[in-house]
Amino acid sequence: MIGHIERVRNIGISAHIDSGKTTLTERILFYTKRIHAMHDVKGKDGVGATMDSMDLERERGITIASAATYCRWRDHEINIIDTPGHVDFTIEVERSLRVLDGAVLVLCAVGGVQSQSITVDQQMKRYRVPRIAFINKVDRTGANPFRVVQQLRTKLGHNAVAMQIPIGLEGRFQGVVDLVSMKALYFEGENGETVREDAVPDALVEEAKKYREILVDAASVFSDELTEAILEEREIPESLLNDALRKGTLSRELTPVFMGSAYKNKAVQPLLDGVVSLLPTPLEVRNEALDMERDETPVELASDPEKPVVALAFKLEDGQYGQLTYIRAYQGTIARGSTVVNSRTEKKVKIGRVVRMHADQMEDIEAIPAGYIGALFGVDCASGDTFTSPGTNLTMTSMFVPSPVISLAIVPKDNKAQINMSKALNRFTKEDPTFRTFVDQETNETIIEGMGELHLEIYVERMRREYGADVTTGKPRVAYRETITQKTDFNYTHRKQTGGAGQYARIAGYLEPCGEAGFLFENRITGGVIPTQFIPSCEKGFRAAMEKSPKLEFPITGVRVVINDGAFHAVDSSDMAFQTAARAAFRETFQKARPVVQEPIMKVVVETPSEFQGSAMGLLNQRRGMIIGAQDEGVLSSIEAQVPLAEMFGFSTVLRSATQGKAQFTMEFAHYRQVPQSIAEKIAEEVAQRKKSAA
Amino acid sequence: MLKKEFLTHHPIHNAGFTSEDLLPPPGFGAVLARAGVGKTAFLVQVALHAMLNDFDVLHVSLHDPVNKIDLWYRELFINMARQSKMSRVDDMWQEIMPHRFIMTFKIDGFTVPKLEERLTDLTVQDIFHPKMIIMDGLHFDPSVREKLEALKGLAARFSVALWFTAHIHRHDGVTGGGIPVSLGPVSDLFDTLILLQPDGERIPVRMVKGPPGKMPSGRLFLDPSTLLIEKADTAEMT
Repeated sequence: MIGHIERVRNIGISAHIDSGKTTLTERILFYTKRIHAMHDVKGKDGVGATMDSMDLERERGITIASAATYCRWRDHEINIIDTPGHVDFTIEVERSLRVLDGAVLVLCAVGGVQSQSITVDQQMKRYRVPRIAFINKVDRTGANPFRVVQQLRTKLGHNAVAMQIPIGLEGRFQGVVDLVSMKALYFEGENGETVREDAVPDALVEEAKKYREILVDAASVFSDELTEAILEEREIPESLLNDALRKGTLSRELTPVFMGSAYKNKAVQPLLDGVVSLLPTPLEVRNEALDMERDETPVELASDPEKPVVALAFKLEDGQYGQLTYIRAYQGTIARGSTVVNSRTEKKVKIGRVVRMHADQMEDIEAIPAGYIGALFGVDCASGDTFTSPGTNLTMTSMFVPSPVISLAIVPKDNKAQINMSKALNRFTKEDPTFRTFVDQETNETIIEGMGELHLEIYVERMRREYGADVTTGKPRVAYRETITQKTDFNYTHRKQTGGAGQYARIAGYLEPCGEAGFLFENRITGGVIPTQFIPSCEKGFRAAMEKSPKLEFPITGVRVVINDGAFHAVDSSDMAFQTAARAAFRETFQKARPVVQEPIMKVVVETPSEFQGSAMGLLNQRRGMIIGAQDEGVLSSIEAQVPLAEMFGFSTVLRSATQGKAQFTMEFAHYRQVPQSIAEKIAEEVAQRKKSAA
Repeated sequence: MLKKEFLTHHPIHNAGFTSEDLLPPPGFGAVLARAGVGKTAFLVQVALHAMLNDFDVLHVSLHDPVNKIDLWYRELFINMARQSKMSRVDDMWQEIMPHRFIMTFKIDGFTVPKLEERLTDLTVQDIFHPKMIIMDGLHFDPSVREKLEALKGLAARFSVALWFTAHIHRHDGVTGGGIPVSLGPVSDLFDTLILLQPDGERIPVRMVKGPPGKMPSGRLFLDPSTLLIEKADTAEMT
């Protein structure tokens, strides 16, 4: 490692499918001498681009999982995190966006800003990532980079400003005019590796002047010195203009736009110059951890290699040498041979091999200091885990893991699929704490649970693609639950005298609602009417009864059980007798306590071009959605609503068709709420039907 | 039943008013105060009163995001309930929340036709039918009259009571009718004007223009620490 943190850039290259992101990354690696030959996505040589390290990605020519790679440009270290271009990969997207400090938004000069670009850009906006844009494929027929700059302004609401103008377009594309230095740049040699500077062609002088004026004008907002220079009609030094552009970019109020053709090896190097000069260093980005000792209060981290370690494991990969853990150090230094603590498991971890990754090749290094990205070998952890110095009780991600709200039965086609499915499930549950799996004892089916329909669909697809596990899936099921709404007394005697040892236990008390607390148990027994050793048996019995409601068989929650009376028999009372009594008492009382079904309510945020706001609100309303509000942000609007999960199946398709594919939505679990009576009746019918067909 | 209980504890109800008394639809009203005195808090409580009466309230903010406005409502509702020692606050909150819709605009991007378009979207699709609109953050600069006239037309077309928060300055003088000079040029457009002006440790709610016989002047106060509306006798006792 070089050790100058101000010379580090952690960037993402983000774009929608087919805008040439992977080819661009490949060219960057070539020009920075990390690779010595270039391959194409879906290339004829069968090698595929270097960053697409997963088979599925190679096959489809898209990037699904983020790989991190390292390269050097003009004495700067650039870590490229290849971010997923698909909105559905939420955990993956969130983790990769967390670790990058800046981004390059790649757009197609022909297709311009498409709905996927809107999606990707909104994610960046949400994570406050400063970005520059690269308009790729300027050599293609129909390319119009200035139209794309305009779309960046109108469709994405960016203050986009061209840093270059093209020399020729489509088949005649030769190079670019740099509007900062006012020089023409040509890319020569077999792979465009030699950059030749020349005077701006006469035919382009006026156009270059016009666009430079726009550029200088936009930059002047961020520099008084530049404004003065303009007013006094002084010569504007390149450094002054660059500084102002950088300030605007870092504040996310300006988006400098570069252009070129990665495929034709033209104008990638100036983009790299832009990454180095315009995007932030790790020191310029505010990073926070959560203090676990103080109720997860945010704590600001310092990019200081000498301070206690705080690092995030943002991606795991299973390779031929075992588990590889991609890590970003935010504070302190993760060094070979040092000991850190996994803040989730609280287990000490000895750091063995530390490497720097270049897609699926690697290089051994001694340490990963604050601000850097690297990878560890042989560390047992889950994705999203935080490593800290012993005694530092911080975490980069909240320890709160929401309960799954949807489940799906999966059935492997054959024995081989069964083995592969197990492997896949083992890996996925490690990667994603919100993804769970278990075997239903009654149906013997493997059930997967997660946070939404798409969430599960993606894992099923990955299971098929990455692990060759051919599985069929059942219908998704919403995780309903039940609770009581009324305080109700119970008094139950369990008595059994049918030969052998008898059973006797009496238990009395009451059930009452207790809100969000899952289960509360209170022992108010006095005078030893139930011996102390049987109190835990009572609690165990109630807990067991709450796992499945008597009628609908949903889990029960929000119940406080108080026991205040009972009786026992010196010979016939036992742990089992009191457990049985408690279960039966609960079952008997539950129906009298006015039980209600609750359903998961999702917080849904729809981001849509403003002209479709009305249609999007209509769709949410039709789904029993309660709209909290609509935020008008110029060209885009975001609508926040609370919608029952049961109504959200297939929403993405409906939303896409209602908004010409231009709207997108995110969905996260909000809370449980009682279902309306009519829906409760429908649910009861469905459960009865299911039971009937199972029998 | 529960709703009725919450309603009877609402300070506006306690003082013998309804939100419609203060501004019957299609009326035009404003709450005038200096920055930070409690204009939004006052109107949110008026809105909560309307919501408890099953009236839909549209809150339009030109400066705060949806989450912040939501927090205003939630906090004031919880504080009101706590002060009245009400139970089942969450249940009640869930019940009245569908009667509120928050809409935010960037101030530069706000136009009356745009609001009307959004409002039409809501009513035509039967999503929301506001009886009251709170317009929070409109600048009462010299050019505001045109916008207000357009909004007055909108209030009439949709038959809603339209409330504004109006920011006044410490150095503002008052007209003969007690209306701050900065509001003078447009005061004729308003049916109700309520002034919140700190007076020692209290903030009296003074109606400087309003429907005859419905003047809460001297009968309501705003507690500067909780920003809750209080009846005069309660305020005087504390």
